[in-house]
Amino acid sequence: MKKNLTHLQQLEAESIHIIREVVAEFDNPVMLYSIGKDSAVMLHLARKAFYPAPPPFPLLHVDTTWKFRDMIEFRGRMAQESGMELLVHVNEDGVKKGVSPFTHGSALYTDVMKTEGLKQALDKYKFDAAFGGARRDEEKSRAKERIFSFRSANHRWDPKNQRPELWSLYNTRVKPGESIRVFPLSNWTELDIWQYIHLEEIPIVPLYYAAVRPVVERDGMLIMVDDDRLELKPGEQVEYKSVRFRTLGCYPLTGAVESEADTLPEIIQEMLLTRTSERQGRLIDHDQAGSMEKKKQEGYF
Amino acid sequence: MAHQSELIEKDILAYLKSQEEKSLLRFITCGSVDDGKSTLIGRLLWDSKMVFEDQLAALEADSKKVGTQGGAIDYALLLDGLQAEREQGITIDVAYRFFSTDRRKFIVADTPGHEQYTRNMVTGASTAKVAVILVDARKGLLTQTRRHSFLVSLVGIKHIVLAINKMDLIGYDQEKFNAIEADYREFAAPLGFTSITALPISALNGDNIIEKSSETPWYQGPPLLNFLETVQVEDDRDEQPFRLPVQWVNRPNLDFRGFCGTVASGTVRPGDEIRVASSGQTSKVARIVTFNGDLEEAVAGQAITLTLEDEIDISRGDMLTRPEAPPLYTRHPEAHLVWMHDEPLQPGQLYLVKTATGVTPGRVTAVQYAVDVNTLEQKQVTTLGLNEIGLARIELDRPVSFDPYGANRDTGSFILIDRFTNATVAAGMVLNAPDESQRAHLSAGESNPWAPRLITLDAVAATNLNLVDLTEEKGLFILDLAQSIHDYLGKGNRILIRLRDLSQLEPVAQLAYDNELAFEFDRNGDGVSILLFKRGTTPLKGYGDDGTGI
Repeated sequence: MKKNLTHLQQLEAESIHIIREVVAEFDNPVMLYSIGKDSAVMLHLARKAFYPAPPPFPLLHVDTTWKFRDMIEFRGRMAQESGMELLVHVNEDGVKKGVSPFTHGSALYTDVMKTEGLKQALDKYKFDAAFGGARRDEEKSRAKERIFSFRSANHRWDPKNQRPELWSLYNTRVKPGESIRVFPLSNWTELDIWQYIHLEEIPIVPLYYAAVRPVVERDGMLIMVDDDRLELKPGEQVEYKSVRFRTLGCYPLTGAVESEADTLPEIIQEMLLTRTSERQGRLIDHDQAGSMEKKKQEGYF
Repeated sequence: MAHQSELIEKDILAYLKSQEEKSLLRFITCGSVDDGKSTLIGRLLWDSKMVFEDQLAALEADSKKVGTQGGAIDYALLLDGLQAEREQGITIDVAYRFFSTDRRKFIVADTPGHEQYTRNMVTGASTAKVAVILVDARKGLLTQTRRHSFLVSLVGIKHIVLAINKMDLIGYDQEKFNAIEADYREFAAPLGFTSITALPISALNGDNIIEKSSETPWYQGPPLLNFLETVQVEDDRDEQPFRLPVQWVNRPNLDFRGFCGTVASGTVRPGDEIRVASSGQTSKVARIVTFNGDLEEAVAGQAITLTLEDEIDISRGDMLTRPEAPPLYTRHPEAHLVWMHDEPLQPGQLYLVKTATGVTPGRVTAVQYAVDVNTLEQKQVTTLGLNEIGLARIELDRPVSFDPYGANRDTGSFILIDRFTNATVAAGMVLNAPDESQRAHLSAGESNPWAPRLITLDAVAATNLNLVDLTEEKGLFILDLAQSIHDYLGKGNRILIRLRDLSQLEPVAQLAYDNELAFEFDRNGDGVSILLFKRGTTPLKGYGDDGTGI
């Protein structure tokens, strides 16, 4: 009897193939682990690719020092469970200069703590391939990015000079100093990710589930008061609301949504019935038109 | 994103269950800037409710600012991702779009129609199962319609949707529609498509995209989305012989040795006998190991890990197959090449050939002919430039497992990579592996059974061939060098001579002595290879470190 693979089985197989190809062809790969739901799926796929062995590469988290506390705890737990080495890199220059989302604005803060931090870490460990959890459906400039996306020695992406990518034959050749960003989830959509988490029972950070949390309303977004570094502006007031997060990043830049969805099916239900895309909760995409494309050319993930 | 809004609201678990059985269809859209291709895809995304409110707000603003629909919503703007493209008003690269219905998830490869972007179309088509070819109803078939159809047939797409767009501009005229369809069927007959489905549409107005249009009562078929949801493209990959290119050997400890890869065709079960293509060794499958427990069967498309009953030598680059149906195992595949780089093909130069089983150095020894993508006529050429397509002979440094591309897209395809720039310069599709004896490029003298045969090496430089195969020579022979080859070697080029065994070495040594040439000697699996060259000349780019192991 003919057995056709479902769409999730096909996506899974494609991702595992990509992850194995990187390990077979690169000397020093790393998996960028952002602790979010896409990273959770990517890590799960890596574990499947090499089972019964642990994935033969480390996890790297570029820590801006402003991540939610729940994320940091979850990060340690998953590294332990997967048996993988966890590397955490902080841009110490940025910390010394006191760069924070409050004092320097989201654009400069992201550039220093995320983009610069990432480049420092890649240079420090001399990784020649870095897995990222980005998806093509997230943002228009990503729709044209390759699965194996070449970066120059100074980490730049050149959208006009990408290598053609055919079949599942990936060009993995780099010269010393150059690297490739690899996106195993390129062809997944947000719905695919959630369905797969549901089907495979993949653990995710509790912040995705609704709970009563302290928040303030700022610039039209609900910002969670995750620690005492969040200084209240005049007129702002901490309220306790049942909220959850559709996407996770730095807590001062990540908007919560009011929600009662505290199970996975309810989250998916809410997502399916909603009318706004997930990146809306991120301040950095709103800065300017084509902002993601500019950031990517400069080396942002 | 209202799929089955009611079910989602009332019973999310039932909804999720129903979504688990969805299939996946990858298709490509082909058309020129003016055919309304971006508008069509924008419309599919829009009407299948994949556009969110915040994206809509951005789209409305953009439509006013840079739209081409006089301030009305310009669906094409949903697609044009990169700023440079927006400013030029054209799509310049392959982009992938996603939408889904309750029956299928779709991945659309959106590629431009300009001639200089043949490479993008081939790239987008390489993973697609269906091609939607757009035709402007006012213009009928254009040169590019033919070009697109040829390219998608070359890349192995079997199902064509002929979307005859802008029907609103010809008053939904059935006769004109029928005439275009008939034209197309006649033109496409030799291309070997399994199905051609013509649809009268208007991407701008939404006619026959999601719903059947009231403007075309004469059209009996389904609207486009419904067709895409139901078209049967599942190939017979499962019925074909088992193929597993070994991608990685998983060896966490001495007790476990797993062979990882994606099943390219066929099925496999524990107990099945398998054969290693390179060594011919056989064994039986012990387990199919996965994170979620062992499998009883794996099918084409699955990424799996096998363990075997015997300890046999297998590494990345090998292919595991059914013993009774081995693949081609050859150093000399003949293949269609699509050249994708500004710098033309250099016959004889070493490239890296990446196949399903890994990377092998190799060279193009001859371009038999190129195909004019507009007329489909063959023309004699010695090389290929950007966006040119030809039939080429390849020589690999060591044998590689292949299937003909027509039988298996995964094991019949390869890419060529420039060793210096690391650019992907060509895409290749294997036709077959011709008999070795056809490959000697010699001009023989009068044959006399009692005297050694005189073989003159000539025409090598003229045709860019640099391989001389003497393994089929039965009797004695002596070699002579034509002046053109003398000059060719004088420029730092090298010629590879293949011998059956050592008894054939003397005439080669004599040739080298007479012409003050040097040679390198290498014994390999099927005989002896001699690399003939002139000392003191600097090899051309590409030969400095050609890694042939000779």
